[in-house]
Parts: sequence; C-alpha cells; structure tokens
Amino acid sequence: MSDSKDFLLGVYDDEDVLLKAVGKIRNAGIKIHEVYSPFPVHGLDDELGYKKSRLPIAAFMFGMLGTTLALTMQIWMLGIDWPMIIGGKNHVALPDFVPVTFELTVLLAAFGMVGTFLVSSDLKPWKDPKLLDIRITDDKHILAIDLGKNKAVEASEIGNVLKDSGAVEVNDKKVEE
Amino acid sequence: MSKERFDFNAGLKRKLTIAFIVGAVLLLVGAILPSGGHESEEHGEGDHTELASAGDHGDGHATAEKKESHGDEHGADAGHEASEDGHGEEASHGGWWKRFKIDFWINNVYFTGIALIGLFFFAIQYAAQAGWSTYILRIPLSLASWILPAGILMLVTFLFFNHDIFHWTHSDLYDTASSHFDSIIAGKSNFFFLPLEGGSFPVFFVLRMVVFFAAWYFLFNKLKSLSSMEDELGGTSYWYKMRRNSVAFLLVFAVSSSVSAWDWIMSIDTHWFSTMFGWYVFASWFVTGLALITLITVLLKEAGYLAQVTVNHLHDLGKFVFAFSIFWTYVWFSQFLLIYYANIPEESVYFVERFLSDKYAPVFFVNLIMNFFFPFLCLMTRDAKRLNVFLKIACIVIILGHWMDFYLMITPGTLGAEGGFGLTEIGMYLMFGSVFLFVVLRALSSMALVPKNHPMLEEAKHHHI
Repeated sequence: MSDSKDFLLGVYDDEDVLLKAVGKIRNAGIKIHEVYSPFPVHGLDDELGYKKSRLPIAAFMFGMLGTTLALTMQIWMLGIDWPMIIGGKNHVALPDFVPVTFELTVLLAAFGMVGTFLVSSDLKPWKDPKLLDIRITDDKHILAIDLGKNKAVEASEIGNVLKDSGAVEVNDKKVEE
Repeated sequence: MSKERFDFNAGLKRKLTIAFIVGAVLLLVGAILPSGGHESEEHGEGDHTELASAGDHGDGHATAEKKESHGDEHGADAGHEASEDGHGEEASHGGWWKRFKIDFWINNVYFTGIALIGLFFFAIQYAAQAGWSTYILRIPLSLASWILPAGILMLVTFLFFNHDIFHWTHSDLYDTASSHFDSIIAGKSNFFFLPLEGGSFPVFFVLRMVVFFAAWYFLFNKLKSLSSMEDELGGTSYWYKMRRNSVAFLLVFAVSSSVSAWDWIMSIDTHWFSTMFGWYVFASWFVTGLALITLITVLLKEAGYLAQVTVNHLHDLGKFVFAFSIFWTYVWFSQFLLIYYANIPEESVYFVERFLSDKYAPVFFVNLIMNFFFPFLCLMTRDAKRLNVFLKIACIVIILGHWMDFYLMITPGTLGAEGGFGLTEIGMYLMFGSVFLFVVLRALSSMALVPKNHPMLEEAKHHHI
C-alpha cells in the first residue's frame, strides 16, 4: 500500500470556476495536492497559497558567481599570468572588464536559474510523465487531492465538496509509485 | 469608491507656494553669500586649492572678510583676481548671476524632458495597444502640459542668456580676422546659422527649437482633446484617432529628441561630439519621467485616489523604472567605454573635464550611485516593486539623481571651474519644480483622473502579474 497513492480528481472546464473552487476547498480544510491546467491561470498561485518562489535568490547567487568568475579570470589573465599593455591602459583596467563581466553575470544567472528550476521541479528529458488525466493537455483543469494526506475528512465528503464547487466530474485515481 | 477627480486643493497650492518661496530665498541667500560658501557644503577642502590653481573667478573674487573665513585660500587668488576680475563684490555677483543663468538652462532642459516623456509614455501606450496602464494615463498626459511653458522659457532663456550658455554664439569665433577664430566651430556654423552667415543670428537653431515645441504642443493638444472627448462621448473611434496621433508623435519625437539633445546640451561643448548623445539624453529623460509618473501614482493612491490601481499596476511601473535605470546606465557606459578605450584627445576631453576635476569628480560618482547602483539594488526584488515605500524612495532618488546627470552634462562646459553646487542650485530646482508641479497638478485636476470611456478599462481591471 505504501507505494501507491490514492487521488481524488476534480475535473473543471472553466478557470473562473476553478479559481473560486480552490478557495472553497481550502476553506473546507482539505489539502490540495496540485492543480493541473492546460494554460497558466492568473491568480491560481495566490489562491493555492503557494509560498513565494526562491528561484530569484538562486538567480542572484549565480549572477554573483558569474561576476566573481569573470573578474577573477580577467584580472588573473591580464594582470598576473600574462600582463600586456593594451591601448596604453593599466594591466588591470576595470572599465575594460565591464562588458565581459556583464555577459558572464547574465549568462550564469540565466543558466543557473534554468538549471535550478529543472532540478528543483525534477524535470529531465528521460522523465516518464505521470499524467493524472490526459485531458489536462487539452481543455480540462484537474484539481488533485491526495487522500492519504486528508485522512481527517471522509473521501465521499471530499467528493461532495468538489462537486459543490463546480467540478464537472469527480474521479478516483490510484498511482503506482 | 475613489474620488473621480483630483482635487488640487488650497493646502497643496500653499505647499507648492511655500516650496517656491523657500527656493527663492535660497537663491537670494546664494546670491548674497560668497559662492565659496556653497562649495564647502557639498565638497571638501580640496576644492579650494583646485579652484585657486584652476584660476577661476567663482571663488577667487574673495573680499577681505571672506579670506578670513577661508583661510585655506592662498596667494594664487590675489594675483589672478587682479589680472582677471580685479573687482571683488562685483565679480561675486557676476559669478552668481552666471550660475543662475546656467541653472535656468539645466532646469529648463530637465523639466522639458519630463514633460516630453509624459507625452511619450502616453503615446507608447496607444501605439502598443497597452491596456494595463489605462488607469494612470492621465498622469503622463498632465506632465505634458508643461510643454508650452517650457517652450516659451526655453526660447526666452536662449535669446537672453545665449552667450553664457553656448560658446558657439560668440560671433568672433567665425571671423577669420579675429584672434578668437575657431576653424572647428566655424566648420559647424551651418548647423546653427543657416541660412545666415556664421556668427549672426542662429536662425536654424532657433527654428528647430520653435518647430519642435510647436509640433510637440500641437500633438499634445490633439491627444488631450481627443482624450477628453472620449470621456464625454465614448466609443472606440477616439482610441483609433489617439493611436494615429500617438504614432505621429513617436515619429516626431524619435528625431526631435535626438536633435534637441545635440542642440541644447551637446552643442555646449562645441568641439566635442558623441554619437550616443541623443540616446543618452533620452534615456536620462525617460527614466526621470517614469520615476515621476510612478511617484505621482503612488502618492495619489496613498491620498485615496485611484482605488482601481492595484499592486500589479505599481509592479509594472516599478519594472519600467528599474529597467530604464539600467538602460540609462547601459547608454552612459557605452558612451564612456568607447571614449575611454579609444582615448582620442578631442573625445576624451569630455571626461577629463568631469572625471579628473576635483569639482566634478564627486558628482560623477554620485551620478552613478544615485542613478544606477541605488535603484538597481533597491528595486531588484519582486517585493520591492510591489511596496510603496521602496518605489517612493527609488523614484525620488532617481528624480534627484538625473538632475545631477543634467548638471554634469551642462555645467562643466559652461561654468567650468566657476561652477559649484549649493544654495543657488537647490533654490532654482525648488522654484522650477514647484511651478512645474503647479502646472501639472492643475492640468491633472481639470480632467477625470481615470479615462471614463477608454475601451481597455476592463483589461486594466483584470491586470495581474
């Protein structure tokens, strides 16, 4: 039993109904596992009460890493390892280093952010996607409730709340881990 | 519901009047006090020696009592005083008077730019069919109501003060017989004087100024009347008409903003030129205008107006301010790096005058800190762009910082070592700013704060990021 999860899926065909439903369900004390939608629904993050993404922090860190690397590289190359006089400037002439530093900062921030996102959301080319309902790739929104984490409320009760909130279907789905 | 119209009440008018009077008092105090007094406020001791050695008369006019108060000024003054000025108090007056004229020009260019950016911002919203900004459209439109007074001031300032602001207006520069003949400036004379001879009346220059202001004012009036007709009559036809006129303005502005930057600022350093200059001035104007639009929006919202404006609209404005403060830096640095790297004397003199001068080097760094590092770090996070307090601080710093930017563009070429930053400058800024705000706020109160029948009101309502 421990390696399978039991989900209750509410199927919605309108994002406005879905948005209101999320609030109602959370108010009823039911924990929502995830909402799957074929397109981004504005305001859904707020309704689900998601914590703020920490991705910008990663981006900032990678950006700073890029700045440091770029400056270290240029100062070492042009100032220490092989000093050359270029255009009569100092060996370590900081204004010259700005374009490269800028580019490496942007490059590392962008790649770092994408990489962090892929790792943290476990996305990879060889990942076998487990779709709870194929219709989320078309025109239906799926609101998934993990029954294992909602033991305090009866499954039938949760089904009723989903129906009341405007779900066009309520399905049971077992997922093997 | 929020109040529909901005109430430009007596309290606000009184505050602006007080700001104007304070500015006037500071200006007068600046005139009476020795200009050396201003120096010591902003910069340190080093300036005095620099000033003295540079042989300027702003500080060197010192009378006996002033010499007591500035013991660090030394003999160099006396000799130079005798040779160049030779008349203590009068020279002091002359120095202040010249600074007054230059400050007039700095403020004129600065506030003209903000007014133009008002119209520019308004126009891009229509050209780009933007819906999110519908609630705040009347704020940039009101900024543009300064275009007419700005045009008059600009023309009058030029006609009366031209010799102090623009070196190229001196006729002996074009006279081959004169010892002041300058072949480089004479070679550029057509740009100023066409169809007349170099050294006469700058017909082409004044014509450009008049034509630009006329075109800007005409299109502003057109857009404003269309916008108020839309309020009265409704329908989408006005939106399409405004869009056409907005595109016309953008085309006019694309050329005129660059040319006016050359005319009004770059021609001060007549020998010098930079192909980045039009963009540089535009970037400076644009971020100042955006910061002021954002600041007014936040303040109006805090005063209970614009209840429809949500944190999402403010976030977008914050992004604009953040992005264009970086854009300004990008343009600033592009100009700097090329000149620094190529190190051609006739180009690098521009930065030598600024960066290697004890007087302007601090402003050079203050400029970068206020206009790049501070807003960059202050507005970087998403939260900061959604909090009024961060937006207000960043916008105020940018608005003041870009005044410093224009100060740094104009003063070294006009006043050189005579220049300074003190009560005169602060007073003039306050006076100009209060009159500007008076005109803008009166225009804002003359129309509904939010367009009543704009076809994209619904889109703005649902704006969410």
